[in-house]
Amino acid sequence: MAIEVPENVVVSRLDSLASWCRKNSLWPMPFATACCGIELMATGASRHDLARFGAEVFRFSPRQCDLMIVAGRVVMKMLPVLQRIWQQMHEPKWCISMGACASTGGVFDTYSVVQGIDRFIPVDMYVPGCPPRPEQLIQAIIDLQDTIQREGTISGREFATRQRQQPKRALVELPVITLPRGVSHLPQGVRIE
Amino acid sequence: MIQPPTQTAVAAAFPALVWSEFRGGTRAVVPRDELYKTLEFLRDRHHFDLLVDITCVDYLNYRGATDRFGLVYLLAATETNERLTVRTFVNEPDLVVPSAVPLWKGADWMEREVWDMFGIQFEGHPDLRRILMPEEFTAFPLRKDYPLQGRGERHNFPVLTREEG
Repeated sequence: MAIEVPENVVVSRLDSLASWCRKNSLWPMPFATACCGIELMATGASRHDLARFGAEVFRFSPRQCDLMIVAGRVVMKMLPVLQRIWQQMHEPKWCISMGACASTGGVFDTYSVVQGIDRFIPVDMYVPGCPPRPEQLIQAIIDLQDTIQREGTISGREFATRQRQQPKRALVELPVITLPRGVSHLPQGVRIE
Repeated sequence: MIQPPTQTAVAAAFPALVWSEFRGGTRAVVPRDELYKTLEFLRDRHHFDLLVDITCVDYLNYRGATDRFGLVYLLAATETNERLTVRTFVNEPDLVVPSAVPLWKGADWMEREVWDMFGIQFEGHPDLRRILMPEEFTAFPLRKDYPLQGRGERHNFPVLTREEG
């Protein structure tokens, strides 16, 4: 049975409509801890103008945000704060790991720097670079918008899939190094198991 | 960069000091027992009113070193434009030195930092807590026998999944 509709009416799924709304009104939570934060500011400023993609409303309260952009290295003193802020954000929410440090720890392979935030919170999009240019961050947001449109549902059941529940990267504990007494460093390439 | 009369006066008051020069800077090594008295003397008698920094060096496996930790006090006299580096050495297990907070208020956080990174205890410090590392941290990370990548502290966090978020 055909139903007559006016020509300015589009028939769609509710999921698709909700995703369309969500993807075009991402409110970022800027978790800027280092120099990537400067590029994040440049992304929001007039030259690169994140407003063109509907994601310019930076809010410093996690209750008002649905996209966390972690820009910069996260130290072990900061990680509980990061996790709390992530938990305070409302569903549906996404996370962009911006730059080498947030994604892998970068050059800071030291005792205090977390080696990639995806070990401890779920990450949807990674931006390489040290720091990434604003264009790269904008591309990541566009890619995230595509992902939201493609698989988003109004009930958020795409987050409940098994793949999404697991940490992105297998949490491989680095070996706990305890050196013998009196030894200050290991020769290059030697590993204590 | 210390005036010769000042050096003569300090050397006369504290004969145990070992003096040396390096690139125009003057250094004096003090036995730990005389550290507080020396600092007090320098502040009260010779206008060393500014404590620039307190820091520490771990000489573990350093060639020619006989002591483990070298504690460094950088002093400046704002009136006479003199500078002096006062050093003292401490060894395990007795890593206690008198606090300089009664002399310079600014020593407070510097000593907390040295305690945090090297585990040197400052006797008489009003509030000797960690200043940089989290309070539950147990090691002293700038010691040379502490591994650069830590002992697993940076991985000791709960993992949040999507469901728990």
